[in-house]
Amino acid sequence: MSPDTKKTFQLDGKEIPFREGQTVFDAAMAAGVYIPHLCHNPDFEPHSSCRLCTVIVNGRPFASCTQPAVAGQDVRSDTPELNEMRRALTDMLLVEGNHYCPACEKSGNCRLQATAYALGLQDSHFPQFFPRRDVDASHPDIILDRDRCILCGLCLRISRSVDKKSVFAMTGRGITTTIVVDSPSGLLADSKVSREDEAVRHCPVGALMMKGEAYMVPIGQRRYDVSPISEDSVREFHAREEAHNG
Amino acid sequence: MWREEAPPAMDAVRGILESHERDPGELLQILIKVQHSYHYVPDAAVELIADHLRVTRAHVRGLVGFYSFLSSTYRGEYAVYISDNITDRMQGSTGLATYLCNRLNVKLGETRQDGRVSVRFTSCTGMCDQGPAALINERALTRLTRQRMDRIAELINSRTPMEEWPAELFVVEDNFRRSDVMFRRAFEPGAALKAAMLRGGDETLKSLQFEEAVDPSSGHAWRRGADETLKELYRSDLRGRGGAGFKAAIKWETCRDISAPERYVICNADEGEPGTFKDRVLLTSYADMVFEGMTICGYVVGSTRGILYIRQEYWYLKSHLEAVLARRREADLLGRNVLGTGFAFDIDIHWGAGAYIAGMESALIESVEGRRAKPRKRWPLPVVAGLNRRPTVVNNVETFAAAATIALKGGAWFAGHGTGHSAGTKLFCVSGDCERAGIYEYPFGVSVREVLRDCGGLDAQAVQISGPSGVTITRAEFDRILAFEDLSTAGTCMVFGPQRDMFDVVRNFTQFFRHECCGLCTPCRVGTSLLEMLVEKVAAGKGSPVDVEQVQSICQLMKTTAHCGLGQTAPNHVIDSLVKFRGDWDKRMKTTDFVPAFDLDAALQEARQLTGRDDAMAHL
Amino acid sequence: MASKRKIATCSLAGCFGCHMSLLDIDERLLELLELADFDRSPINDIKEIKGIVDIGLVEGGLCNAETVRVLQHFREHCRVLVSVGECALTGGIPSMRNHLSLKSCLEESYIRGVGVENAHIPDDPELPLLLDKVYPLHEVVKVDYYVPGCPPSADALWHVLSALVTGRDPHLPPALLKYD
Repeated sequence: MSPDTKKTFQLDGKEIPFREGQTVFDAAMAAGVYIPHLCHNPDFEPHSSCRLCTVIVNGRPFASCTQPAVAGQDVRSDTPELNEMRRALTDMLLVEGNHYCPACEKSGNCRLQATAYALGLQDSHFPQFFPRRDVDASHPDIILDRDRCILCGLCLRISRSVDKKSVFAMTGRGITTTIVVDSPSGLLADSKVSREDEAVRHCPVGALMMKGEAYMVPIGQRRYDVSPISEDSVREFHAREEAHNG
Repeated sequence: MWREEAPPAMDAVRGILESHERDPGELLQILIKVQHSYHYVPDAAVELIADHLRVTRAHVRGLVGFYSFLSSTYRGEYAVYISDNITDRMQGSTGLATYLCNRLNVKLGETRQDGRVSVRFTSCTGMCDQGPAALINERALTRLTRQRMDRIAELINSRTPMEEWPAELFVVEDNFRRSDVMFRRAFEPGAALKAAMLRGGDETLKSLQFEEAVDPSSGHAWRRGADETLKELYRSDLRGRGGAGFKAAIKWETCRDISAPERYVICNADEGEPGTFKDRVLLTSYADMVFEGMTICGYVVGSTRGILYIRQEYWYLKSHLEAVLARRREADLLGRNVLGTGFAFDIDIHWGAGAYIAGMESALIESVEGRRAKPRKRWPLPVVAGLNRRPTVVNNVETFAAAATIALKGGAWFAGHGTGHSAGTKLFCVSGDCERAGIYEYPFGVSVREVLRDCGGLDAQAVQISGPSGVTITRAEFDRILAFEDLSTAGTCMVFGPQRDMFDVVRNFTQFFRHECCGLCTPCRVGTSLLEMLVEKVAAGKGSPVDVEQVQSICQLMKTTAHCGLGQTAPNHVIDSLVKFRGDWDKRMKTTDFVPAFDLDAALQEARQLTGRDDAMAHL
Repeated sequence: MASKRKIATCSLAGCFGCHMSLLDIDERLLELLELADFDRSPINDIKEIKGIVDIGLVEGGLCNAETVRVLQHFREHCRVLVSVGECALTGGIPSMRNHLSLKSCLEESYIRGVGVENAHIPDDPELPLLLDKVYPLHEVVKVDYYVPGCPPSADALWHVLSALVTGRDPHLPPALLKYD
């Protein structure tokens, strides 16, 4: 299809071209427009659970990571109302877990923290839940700190579809939902997980981390210290598209 | 607390596994049987099941932790679940639960040390017209009283086998109070299916015996009846009875027209919306009509496989439903050669295990596939890619019953009842503060006032339409009508008399949604918990306008951003209550100032105990 | 020229790191003192707020009855209350004890701990009684503004303080918004 016949939709008043089958999210990112997101990693199937990427399509809210782009539709994303909701959602993720940024090895590389910065989350809205969750440090190379888990499901999806190991699953429900590890003891050390697994490399927060790598880059010089997640995500998305297109 | 002393023998698990295919889709059905025989799912069983089905242990544990009737810890030889709907509470269930616990000397939510019994609350068991209700080892208890609790405690303490318990404890009434055109007469098995297959035939065809008529030599093309029945369904304008009101004919036609090697018909009998019990009555007294509706759907869309997905609260109907299915197979109304036409269709029963979310179409399909009942992504729709990613019609029990009636009597007949936007009649489940709770069949368009008059509840101050996810209406709105164009509903009317404190309703419903949220999306997972905290804060007399403001913004957030209908509708009752029964909130708020999120003095209690201090500075 | 603003500060369950950061505004302290006077603060060792002050900065979370009382005193005596630093905003590092019961914390320190003599849980009435958990400030009083960071940088503190003193918007620009 030649570029001039490309279909487009409106995003915050801007014309966004898209390919057939592309989601609103992908089309926006390809056009250089950042939509805040946490559970979605464009390398993997979308999950639409964090709800940060909610946009208003022709007056109705949808998660942009799973919403197909349609020619001519009117999409709103960068509005004060939606950004306020995104701040509240981010704050919800922060209070339901135990996120000690000052003591977290992931600080500066953490997408939750970086997204909160991007949204300008300066105030605290909600009471802290202070849940008691288990840390699994049994494995020689990998640590699972459930305190920091935001239940994005990326490790489940990647371990199943890429690593073909299905090391992770979720149990419980509602606010008691938690990650379980597939091993007789329920511990990582007894599981099939290994340091080569993709699943342990894409945790957006510090829930799944490699041991021994945490402070290779000093705080203050880390990924989102250097470049805000809004720019970083778009850049990464473009690099991926280029790699795909050869 | 009871503790497992030694892992139990796994013979029963092996027996259960042998009776199931090595199909991961069987996982939930297997776990239910294991739970029933062991009263929990032992770790050793997890290993065997995972091995048998070639799924991970973590996946198995994922289900055990998700469904509320499954458990990784022992629930006792007698597991009692007290129904915790607001209607049960209005009938005294909370006090009865405490009474039973005292009689049994067991702590609520725990298993007695000797492993004999546990008592816990569960979401509405669908017996609102004959509550307070409960479940014990998969059987339904109704009309509970202290005397009945005494009796139950004795039977448990004397370890009387369930088969020897007096039948009167388990009597479940239909309470069919008013029937209209659909349910006035008994349903004749096969009549609707035959009518569907002959639909569109000329007068000569009608004069033939059925066997002759469907014989290819009669000239009646086999597919013609299916296409003509679909036209009748269009003419009927039947809309889904589960609450969403989607046009059944569009769904059936979409399913039929997508090219696929297989397609499915699922009947949704999860009936988890508190206050709803019509599906229970239909499956008790009109099971043939429901199964026939499913069979007709299979015939129309070209499916060979139907599934009844039914909530475990109705396990006591198992042998009845299986008997009806067996009878239908014997009568050639199901099987490889239905009515000798060569059409093959059969129906399996899949049981739920305690999850309101499973009533949601895509979550139900996940559950049928043997997974946690988690709603799927919005697209593709189940009718396009449902069970096993094949086209699937999911309709409510009552929708299939209506489809059977339409096949028999025609679409125009059906559309002749009800209103312009809401054709036909509808079953309403009436419970709460009224003289005659039960099932009422009305043509769509009946006013709330008329329902209240018939059930003896005219002095009500409010009616909750369509359950906790629905709408609260007040006295001033009783002339509104029950129909898709006004009060759209799956048929639930909970009546609240003038003596009720409407804030108790809010408390019950917020607890319900916190308990039933699946945990998938942020706004619902955290929002339902926050709403419960804030509502409980107000209940404790510690609420302030600041808290109410926060309640309102959380409600708005959930409505806009939640992934599925559960999270989007969970705040409805709170929003309604704040508008319509603000007084019941305000009277609990003693101050306009900020009030701490927790009780300051209570937060010092543990330290007082540890230090033995009780001086002035040891209090806040 | 308008009369000078009054500022009070305190540190609750914190490490005084936020106060160190406040001193790190360096020569801007002189500029600040042109615009405002310090009332109660560990910087000048004034122990009680007299009258009403314009701005109260509270560092640290709530861990015992004493911290609650001081916070309530600040709320009553400050027109604008600012929650400063991660401990004040979320409970921070001290709230890591919330994983454990108070009993196990105290027993570990005063009964089972290595080298403990005369093992008993301190019960002197002069000691502030511990709360069951460590809490953030906004769960106990109404907080007007928040300055996250561990500690917030001197620039972040200066941005918020100078804004409040001069009546500008105290929201932090992206470069100054940090939680670590």
